Amino acid sequence: MPTELDRVDVVTVGVGWTAGIIAAELTKAGYTVKGLERGEEKTLEDYLHQKDELRYALRYEMMQDLSKETITFRNNSDMNALPMRRHGSFLLGTDLGGSGVHWNGQTYRFLPYDFEIRSQTEERYGEDKIPDYMTLQDWGITYDELEPYYDRFEKTCGIAGEENPLGGPRSDSYPLPPMAETKMIRMFKEAATNLGYHPFHMPSANLTENYENPDGQQLYECQYCAFCERFGCDYGAKADPIVTVLPTAQETGNFEIRTNSNVTRILTENGEATGVLFVDTKTGEEFIQPADVVAVTSYVLNNVRLLLTSEVGTPYDPETGEGVIGKNYCYQVMGSANGFFEDEKFNTFMGAGALGAAFDDYNGDNFDHSDLDFLHGGEIAITQTGRRPINSNPVPDGTASWGSEFKEQSLKYFNRSLNLRLQGSSLPSQNNYLDLDPTYTDRYGDPLLRMTYDFTDQDRNMAQYCGQVLGEMLEEMGADHVDVDNEIGNYDIVPYQTTHNTGGVIMGEDPETSAVNNYNQMWDYDNLFVTGASAFAHNSGYNPTGTVGALAYRCAEGIQEFLDNGGGQLVEAKKPSRKMRT
Amino acid sequence: MAEDSNNQDGMTRRKFIQNTGLVAAGALGGGLLGGVIGNQTGDETANTNQQNAENTNGTNGDTENRMEARVFFKRQQDFNVLRSMTERIFPEDDNGPGAIELGVPYYIDRQLAGPWGMNAKEYMDGPFEEGADTQGSQTRVPRGDMFLQGVRRVNAISQDQFGENFFDLEDTGQQNEILSALENDDVNMNGFSSSEFFSTLVVATMEGAYCDPVYGGNRGMRGWQMKEFPGAQMAYADVIEDEEFHEMDPVSLHDHHSS
Repeated sequence: MPTELDRVDVVTVGVGWTAGIIAAELTKAGYTVKGLERGEEKTLEDYLHQKDELRYALRYEMMQDLSKETITFRNNSDMNALPMRRHGSFLLGTDLGGSGVHWNGQTYRFLPYDFEIRSQTEERYGEDKIPDYMTLQDWGITYDELEPYYDRFEKTCGIAGEENPLGGPRSDSYPLPPMAETKMIRMFKEAATNLGYHPFHMPSANLTENYENPDGQQLYECQYCAFCERFGCDYGAKADPIVTVLPTAQETGNFEIRTNSNVTRILTENGEATGVLFVDTKTGEEFIQPADVVAVTSYVLNNVRLLLTSEVGTPYDPETGEGVIGKNYCYQVMGSANGFFEDEKFNTFMGAGALGAAFDDYNGDNFDHSDLDFLHGGEIAITQTGRRPINSNPVPDGTASWGSEFKEQSLKYFNRSLNLRLQGSSLPSQNNYLDLDPTYTDRYGDPLLRMTYDFTDQDRNMAQYCGQVLGEMLEEMGADHVDVDNEIGNYDIVPYQTTHNTGGVIMGEDPETSAVNNYNQMWDYDNLFVTGASAFAHNSGYNPTGTVGALAYRCAEGIQEFLDNGGGQLVEAKKPSRKMRT
Repeated sequence: MAEDSNNQDGMTRRKFIQNTGLVAAGALGGGLLGGVIGNQTGDETANTNQQNAENTNGTNGDTENRMEARVFFKRQQDFNVLRSMTERIFPEDDNGPGAIELGVPYYIDRQLAGPWGMNAKEYMDGPFEEGADTQGSQTRVPRGDMFLQGVRRVNAISQDQFGENFFDLEDTGQQNEILSALENDDVNMNGFSSSEFFSTLVVATMEGAYCDPVYGGNRGMRGWQMKEFPGAQMAYADVIEDEEFHEMDPVSLHDHHSS
């Protein structure tokens, strides 16, 4: 029998960005919060002098141990899903702070178009513009409603940025001035301006000055050491939960973190969450943590899986389109181009995770789609995150992948080439979804999450059209040779693309088509909040963390309102809620 | 070619400190040691000294590099095959040393003896089924077994086709021919494809050429020097906006952790 612990006001499943934000806000308001983290405790000291590419970037020091838990994957429902036995396409974090520690810090806002994508698309282009397979939905919130929460997250982090001329309106400027203008960034911005685009410095959670955030946490100036993505920061110069919201919550005395505690079930009774069941990963002992509010705050994929294994909410059925848990799983559609220079060298080994520049002339609905066979688009950007020698071997297309020619060319071009990216939106398809695998299990015998996902015609057409701009840009920048990669075939789980998985517990205004309301409160369970990128109804052409942070602040406000007012639904559903499952 | 590098090891840490004028290198913290060395490495001799400092690490002043011995491969012949394969993948040329001189074979040997060689942090539960390429590796064979089978298969092909051990072939074209057959899945393996073995070996070779020297590869940081990558520098804040290219002497984890 599991041991039952003392009740708390709020329990969080996982302790990363979203749990940290909820914990900081609720504990400041006087509520008790307990964070259950499956991984180890981490402090800044763990990241000091860890500039080790092999250990962190290739052996995935900060990532989930897949021997204990992974997902299964197939491109479509005619295939047999098989385990993702190794990390590849995306990297699942673990330990205190979660993926919020090993991120790059590129901190964008989504466009106003994103939140009302279905209505604005229909209004501008007519209903027929949206293909039948595309389960495109409004988010149940507008950009203007979310704006104050973006502002709050940016101030917590100390985002260094320059206003995006094509972005949504801002109530305030970025808290810190933009990052350095390096040679390659200057060339990118000049070329973009020459071609009539609207470049801006990438918004960065690598700080440009020492900074005290509104909660009194001290962050420091980035040193451009170039070990950001897949690493923690030596300096406390990259905003992450460990240096911001977690200490804020801890200083109140109302927050308890319990590490090595893996939540395996949300416990429910009569349409209400009563707490969670978790396992001490060191001893195997089981505990029940009762709580007035359960906040599901792990990574996207585990948020979905925990709801499914706990039989909370109605699983999505791709045949009928009914049900919501696992629906609208989306990703990111990437294109890239390499430009090779014979007479220019760049300090490509210097950098920071969010050092770069971008433009949005091909993002969202910033360009006319009337005669195009796709919707949305993506951000076009250059980043100087800092090349590392094992993983970075840029060579022109057609070069041998080993031997003399490879060695010669990869040495030559390590500092004589630049890469541009298209970070394309990912729009939902009724055939792309998450459910439980019928065969494979984790170390506790629970089913693994099964991902059914492939790129669609929308994705392929978008990548091809927007991707050609990358080549145009590199030529304008003076590259002697340009290779453009904008032909995407089937989604492949092996090569690293991006850790921007979204959807599965999506927000909206109608309980028939969404799982959570715009506070990320479940329609079916008033005291169960599920937040994170799992709430995205689609993924935009940006990094997701800015929007994850904004939604978490919105969610924290909702939880406080719920507790202050003694419960209830915070949002009136557009249609009456389905009968609850019991 | 490769063995010659061992002769450069004939200088102790104490001698190195005397030569460079550092009173107590070990007492210097962080990137400072790298910086101090960097200021003195204006010529070839100083560069050699720097390598010696690296190679004597962990040997308590012994003149031999006792870190270089096999801990995974038991048969010398298997290791010799691996050695020659890595050199074909990353050959010595005008740019600088190849895989053998960089310590890549010993690097791979040590990796195979550890968690990576046993796929310790990967999902290895069954059922094992062949999938589509988009679903990633589905082999049940751990890397250690894969490498053993791989090098023996390569040597058998070499003996069969050219009548000699792979590492005795003087014609590198013949060696490359066998590697290309692996790469193109023209070789039968038991439990995995030859291209999977080969691509794993190629990545492992790059790791050995460019990893931090603490892992036994990138000896003397010469992989980094060839690539003009300065290693684990603490900061570029002062130079990040410079237009000109910066050549810097590399810094390794040893420089940060040895204080």
